[in-house]
Amino acid sequence: MSASTAPVVRRRSPAGGLLRWESLLVVALAGLVVLGNALSPFFLTAGNFANLLSALMEVAIMALPMTLVIIAGEIDLSVESMAGLASSLLGFLWMNGVPLWLAIPLVLLVGALGGLLNGLLIARGGLPSLVVTLGTLALFRGMALIVLGPDGVSDFPTAFTAFGFGSVPGTLIPWPFVVFVAMAIVLAIVLHRTWIGRQVYAIGQNSGAARYSGVRVARVKISLFVLSGLVSALAGIILTARLNTARADAGTGLTLTVVTIVLLGGVNIFGGSGTIPGVVLAVLVIAVMQNALRLASVTVQVQAIALGLLLILSVVIPTSAHQAKSAFDRARAGRPPPAGSVGQGERSSPTKEEEQG
Amino acid sequence: MPDPVVAMPNATRGRGSWLSAVARQRELSLLAIMFVLGGMVSIAAPQFLTSSNLSQVAVQASIIAVAAVGEALVILTRNVDLSVEATIGLVAYAVARLLELKAVSPIEAMVIGVALGLVLGLVNGAVITLFKVPSIVATLGTLSIFRGIDYLVAGSHQVPVAGLPGNFTSASSGSFLGLPIFVVIAFVIVLVGSALMRSTRFGRQLYAVGSNPEAAAVLGIRSRLVVFTAFALCGMLAGVAGVMWVIEYGTINGTAATGVVLSVVAAVVVGGVNIFGGSGSLAGAAIGALFLGFIANALILVGLSQFWLQAIYGLVILGAVSADALILRRVQQATIEQRAR
Amino acid sequence: MLRTRGRLVTLIAATVLLAAACSSSATTAPVSAAPATAAPPSAAASSAAPASAAAGGITVGYLPKDIVNNYFAAAKTGVDKAAGELGGTVTEVGPPTADATLQIPFIQDLTTKKVSAIIVSADDKDAVAPALQAAMAAGIKVVGFDSSPAVGAYNVFVNQVDFSGVGVNLADWACQLAPNCTGDIAILSAAATATNQNAWIALMKTTLQLPKYKGLNLVATVYGNDDAATSTTQAQGLLTKYPNLKVIVAPTTVGILAAAQVVDAAGKGATVKVTGLGFPNDMKPFVKDGTSPVFGLWSVPDLGYLSYWIADKLATGEIKGTVGETFTVPSLNGGKPYTIGADNTVILGPAFQFDATNVDQFNF
Repeated sequence: MSASTAPVVRRRSPAGGLLRWESLLVVALAGLVVLGNALSPFFLTAGNFANLLSALMEVAIMALPMTLVIIAGEIDLSVESMAGLASSLLGFLWMNGVPLWLAIPLVLLVGALGGLLNGLLIARGGLPSLVVTLGTLALFRGMALIVLGPDGVSDFPTAFTAFGFGSVPGTLIPWPFVVFVAMAIVLAIVLHRTWIGRQVYAIGQNSGAARYSGVRVARVKISLFVLSGLVSALAGIILTARLNTARADAGTGLTLTVVTIVLLGGVNIFGGSGTIPGVVLAVLVIAVMQNALRLASVTVQVQAIALGLLLILSVVIPTSAHQAKSAFDRARAGRPPPAGSVGQGERSSPTKEEEQG
Repeated sequence: MPDPVVAMPNATRGRGSWLSAVARQRELSLLAIMFVLGGMVSIAAPQFLTSSNLSQVAVQASIIAVAAVGEALVILTRNVDLSVEATIGLVAYAVARLLELKAVSPIEAMVIGVALGLVLGLVNGAVITLFKVPSIVATLGTLSIFRGIDYLVAGSHQVPVAGLPGNFTSASSGSFLGLPIFVVIAFVIVLVGSALMRSTRFGRQLYAVGSNPEAAAVLGIRSRLVVFTAFALCGMLAGVAGVMWVIEYGTINGTAATGVVLSVVAAVVVGGVNIFGGSGSLAGAAIGALFLGFIANALILVGLSQFWLQAIYGLVILGAVSADALILRRVQQATIEQRAR
Repeated sequence: MLRTRGRLVTLIAATVLLAAACSSSATTAPVSAAPATAAPPSAAASSAAPASAAAGGITVGYLPKDIVNNYFAAAKTGVDKAAGELGGTVTEVGPPTADATLQIPFIQDLTTKKVSAIIVSADDKDAVAPALQAAMAAGIKVVGFDSSPAVGAYNVFVNQVDFSGVGVNLADWACQLAPNCTGDIAILSAAATATNQNAWIALMKTTLQLPKYKGLNLVATVYGNDDAATSTTQAQGLLTKYPNLKVIVAPTTVGILAAAQVVDAAGKGATVKVTGLGFPNDMKPFVKDGTSPVFGLWSVPDLGYLSYWIADKLATGEIKGTVGETFTVPSLNGGKPYTIGADNTVILGPAFQFDATNVDQFNF
């Protein structure tokens, strides 16, 4: 292992720099709330907050397992298509008389199986996750189209759609938000407090070393993809409930938003660091930003540009700060900068051989 | 002074020649599959093998092929450019709109389009090499930004084909030496690109940076410059694809080329370019594009509903990448055995 | 340490949200409580008072299927014209792609902003229904146009054309363009889930059963998703797959243009004709060169005009939107009254046929 010749690597401990990022997010959130209030008198109302949250909940829910997947050094692009397949399948089953209490678990099972396919190909087959999940992105969507075709199914029972669109009785809190919060709490505990979470970080930082330390890398990765598939199916079900329609094209375009949220939340795209609270904050920041901009009648075009800039800045700022700090430290210590620092903004990944097992 | 690339560790060099042999296999096997499939499909649908159908497939595939060559350059350096579809769309709208406003001549419009693509590629390159943003994040961001600019500029306006100069769009059906013009353009680009890769220092450096960045850095290769150039070229080729888009489809609005990035990356992967960088050929990427267009066309003609297309695309991508991994493993096994002897 | 900081951070965020939630102003009606199958609320809303309901001075949200399709830009010219005459402000909002999921937040925000009325063309009739019903519960008038939301999720739906009429028109034009009303014909539609296109196609197929059309053979229905590139590829596929194709019928302005371009580029304008619903400006060259001698549409600006007019009168209370109600719009329908029909629907009028004799007179 060429650790000694490895160029300067953006290796962050799970704590450390990220906490500064989360604080930045809180500041951004507060700032956006103030801005929103200034832009529209309707902003600071319970109804509005319920709305801005409900629009983003499926994406937010999918962002949680995506966080773990990316921390482990992989990526899952197929989430939106699994949501579509779930919607399509749910509609198909419902249309053919299968009761919801049976159809929903079946759909969740399919989600887990899809995730299993991803996990096996990536962790056991050693295939790159970017390409495998690109393939399953197309495959799952294709399956959704084959199952339901162009039709929509929309005669779901009121209780089901009330879950998607309605709120906890007596309050304005949307049900999907409750699901999101519950899942965020569970995954935060798993990631930040349990040995499983530490394994995930270890795999992301150096999977070869993790394996030599006894971590069952493949097993953990497969579980993460299964979780991602399962949760994507859940998101698809919630989306179906909220829209009161099961469609094969449900969820189209959501993957980019999910990845954007996770990255904005401070998760390093190369794995090894990131937190759930950061991602939760990112969800709120984006939800508030989109809502504030809409209320101010800012066009979607400008919103798209703002989102892209936000994403890039979310990486530029910490990197620049880190570089400035290193330069400052080096100047203080009188040391020259390291030779041949990697210019690709990337670090080497261990060969796939080391990741087997 | 010895050529740094030649002086690279033996294993990498050996791997390079092994993989180039494998890459050649990949292109040939794709062509072979197309041949066999073509035969089978033509039994079910004789219209498949007509020159008008085949040239149509080739013409549409060449737009993706041109973009795929650019994307391949980027992927070879172990990066990815997700913003190509936005570049194509923005260039397409800009060219169409300029022509509609009769502000420039067709030739000028095409040059402006390619230049615009180059500029967008430079933006990507700058964000990635100057600001050290990982390419997947940077191009995700620029995808959003460029598309946003496209919507902003286009609004709800749609340039109708009637707004373009009379014979502008007929170029897509024109031919040169018996082959459709678009195919010739794609062919020339592949030729020039491959020559660049094989015979120039830049080409060798590109492969070096992608296959072993640390070694490349140690050997003094200016990785950042190489990556920057790769993204610039990718943007420029996306600009070319954008111009071709206008000629082929005529009617352009702000959503042009939405969803194209999947086809482009799929073409590159199917064409045998390794997503981890360092191996694969530009010709492979172009053939990958042709292969995917081929399959789409075969599906339509055989009578499978258009809803099967996505699923088949997915299976093709998974198949291609699995085949890649299998071949690589066998190559590595063979190398290990060879060294053990 | 991480855990404490992480929890602290989440606590702050939660506090921010709670504070906002508890500061709800008294006049905001809850917007997320309406389940999809609720009966349409009565016109009299309890608490919320939408922006000034006096004649003139209303605010209207214009929410088309997407903001990129120039069909809706054409409709907006009519909306703006009516707003200018009746006095009122129009805000256009909408997603960049025809996606129902993306329409919902706009409906909710318009509701939050308490506009007087929403004019909407639904990407998916059921998906937008709960949000629209919530808007109606808040006292906002909802006028559907072009593509209807689900029944019960609007006050009035302005149907641009009599469905059965269009179905007959499409069949008739195909018959006119096929030699001796005989031969293979194919349909190139928009999105496979588009309510209006599917309704027109269904009626066209019913019409084709009549003895008059027995020579016509419908070989395929393909979907171009209102996307120029997809429509082009599908049209090319039709030409290749069915060498004896005589007519392509495209009941979508994007599809008919793509099909005409494809036929022209392939040099088959003499043997394959294109018809359907298209903009005169788009189709003029194809009328001239014989590829598309006859096609139809309606006055899209008038559609917008009528929609705004109805929205305004609903907001001021001059009309109620009930079935059987009649009203007259001075500059439309030749002064003849409109009647609100079943499902609270108003029909703009019959489809208008364009051909070589009149296509030059129009500019949209």
